[in-house]
Amino acid sequence: MLKSFRATAASVALIAGMAGSAHADLTGDLVIFSDMSNPAPRAVMEGMVERFGEMHPDLNIELTIIDREAYKTQIRNFLTANAPDVATWYAANRMTPYVEAGLFEDVSDLWAEPAIAEGLASTKGAMTIDDKQWGVPYTYYQWGVYYRKDIFEELGLQEPTTWAEEMANCEKIVASGRACYTIGSKFLWTAGGWFDYLNMRTNGFDFHMDLLTGKASWESDEVRETFANWRQLIDMGAFIDNHQSYSWQEALPFMVQGDAAAYLMGNFAVAPLREAGLTDDQLDFYQFPAITEGVALAEDAPTDTFHIPANAANKEAAREFLRFVVSADNQTVINAGDALGQLPVNSNSSVDDDKFLNEGFAMLSSNSPGGVAQFFDRDAPAEMASVAMEGFQEFMVKPDELDRILARLERARGRIYK
Amino acid sequence: MSDAALTDHQESWFHRNQQAITPWLFLAPGVLFFAVYVIAPIFQSFNLSLYEWDGLGTAEFVGMRNYEDLYWEFVDRDAFYTSLKNNLIWLLAYLLAIPAGLFIALFLNQTVMGIRLYKSLFFFPFVISQVVVGLVFTWFYDPTFGLLNTMIGWVGLGPVNMLGDETLVTYGIILAGLWPQTAYCMILYLTGLNAVDPEQIEAGRLDGAKGWRMLWHVVLPQLRPATFIAFVVTIIGALRSFDLISIMTNGGPFGSSRVLAFYMFEVALSEYGFRMGYGAAIAVILFLIMLCFIAYFLWSMYREERGR
Repeated sequence: MLKSFRATAASVALIAGMAGSAHADLTGDLVIFSDMSNPAPRAVMEGMVERFGEMHPDLNIELTIIDREAYKTQIRNFLTANAPDVATWYAANRMTPYVEAGLFEDVSDLWAEPAIAEGLASTKGAMTIDDKQWGVPYTYYQWGVYYRKDIFEELGLQEPTTWAEEMANCEKIVASGRACYTIGSKFLWTAGGWFDYLNMRTNGFDFHMDLLTGKASWESDEVRETFANWRQLIDMGAFIDNHQSYSWQEALPFMVQGDAAAYLMGNFAVAPLREAGLTDDQLDFYQFPAITEGVALAEDAPTDTFHIPANAANKEAAREFLRFVVSADNQTVINAGDALGQLPVNSNSSVDDDKFLNEGFAMLSSNSPGGVAQFFDRDAPAEMASVAMEGFQEFMVKPDELDRILARLERARGRIYK
Repeated sequence: MSDAALTDHQESWFHRNQQAITPWLFLAPGVLFFAVYVIAPIFQSFNLSLYEWDGLGTAEFVGMRNYEDLYWEFVDRDAFYTSLKNNLIWLLAYLLAIPAGLFIALFLNQTVMGIRLYKSLFFFPFVISQVVVGLVFTWFYDPTFGLLNTMIGWVGLGPVNMLGDETLVTYGIILAGLWPQTAYCMILYLTGLNAVDPEQIEAGRLDGAKGWRMLWHVVLPQLRPATFIAFVVTIIGALRSFDLISIMTNGGPFGSSRVLAFYMFEVALSEYGFRMGYGAAIAVILFLIMLCFIAYFLWSMYREERGR
């Protein structure tokens, strides 16, 4: 009773505060560092800054866009030495080093505001460490199996929903002289996606998270079960040969040319596949099939985020920018098919009318009862992710080495989680 | 204070010691930068390798633990063992650039029409960036579309995935590195051959030396300085093999093409690297290996100076 009263009082105060800040003119400088360096995201970022600038004409906004890969290492330097007011990053465990080092500002106050609390409820967990929220999401996207519908029709296949159907499909595809899946594991993370799905389908979301947070053993029977399922695919020749030599982009031509029937990937693969000439009649999407009966389906949906560095100079303007970014209207605009082409995080936004976005939105909002994971290298600590994903790649090439690989991962677990 | 005042009274301290001080004054900028940017970081690395630090929070002193971990990685044939082994392979195989460069130089050391053009064509790979060399060879080795598999297909050999096979990958990258390195050694030998004394060749010929004996007993001794420089730059080249590995395989497949420099970058500075202390420990090991060569180079140069 007392608690609910306090909460109401707090939210009233916050609404008053918000109303105040919306009218107050923001002045000074707002420095934004962004990693949205690919052409389309870059245009989105610049558009957002422009629109925010029009709302606050007295505010001088400086936007710096840094190459997405370079950003991942530069963030450590600029958060300590030369902090901007707003910086992009990723949700979940990827935030942990910076949260623990006290470099990200606690923005739980924003999350207490009703507009954000209601609109962003679905991603709150991914932004929470130690019961506090450390940033806001601006976009996310689904993972799943993108497949060549025309090849499936040619072979008379249906979208599989169970592991048995999946294996039956794959056998027919292999018999037709194709690989079931293309994958490029040179940069390792694509194999992490496969492990995410196989493990979440075999052992469920909770075990997967226990494993990634160091509570479960890599040498447990559950993990061995996951790898046994994986091995079934490897042994039947489901994956393209020499995948260890290709990046994910270099693996696309196999699917475009019809040498492989499907690709387990994030939604960002759709744009290059379309550019390569595949029409929506040839390209379709299905949710990764169930493996163990009774295990609730869970999905990967990596979330990209905005944060306020603890050393920021203009935190008031930064908070206003974060409010603007997650607002329903802005979310609709920036995630549209001609902009980021991804899913809005605000439940009051509308999803652009795109086949894959609609399917992904429906899947994540109604057919993912098990939970939503970020991605292997975002849920696990960075060190563990790099050791483990290297092991996955090795397993995909040399499945007989499994015992040695798992022993190595278990040793790494002992060192990394303390 | 004027010059006149100085000459009138007893000479100033500076003037008396000018001869001794001037060299040091000229050396000062270089010494200063060398001390700040080379010597000091060496000791900083030593110091950092005794800590566990993620680059953000507070560093925790762990004594020799990082080295202990490296030792266990070595015993378990883990990443550190692979990197060390690959470093040795690089050092040995890269030396092939010296004889290869010598023979190309001997071949090109003649006067025919357009020899300048041929020389520059052979020198060309050294001019282009290592990154480009890496990319070109990656495409050349590509298991599906690459030229290599087409070429060995003509003689009936099966497809080989050079950069995807953990036993071949290091040699594949070294081969790519040898291309520009051979060109470098070639140019060193070409200039060396210009300085070969024609009278000695003549004398050798009169005594009946030709072919291999001529090369071994008359030409090569005169090329000693060129050989020494070629050896130095090749060893250095082998130890900084980082860029080719990063471009061609990113250390893969499953870490089997790593060398120490790449491994250090991976654990300390890459996307997933948060172990500054561990990276520093690897850097120290790499430094100790280099120190052997540095000591050898310094010693042989010192010997040469004294021999004069």
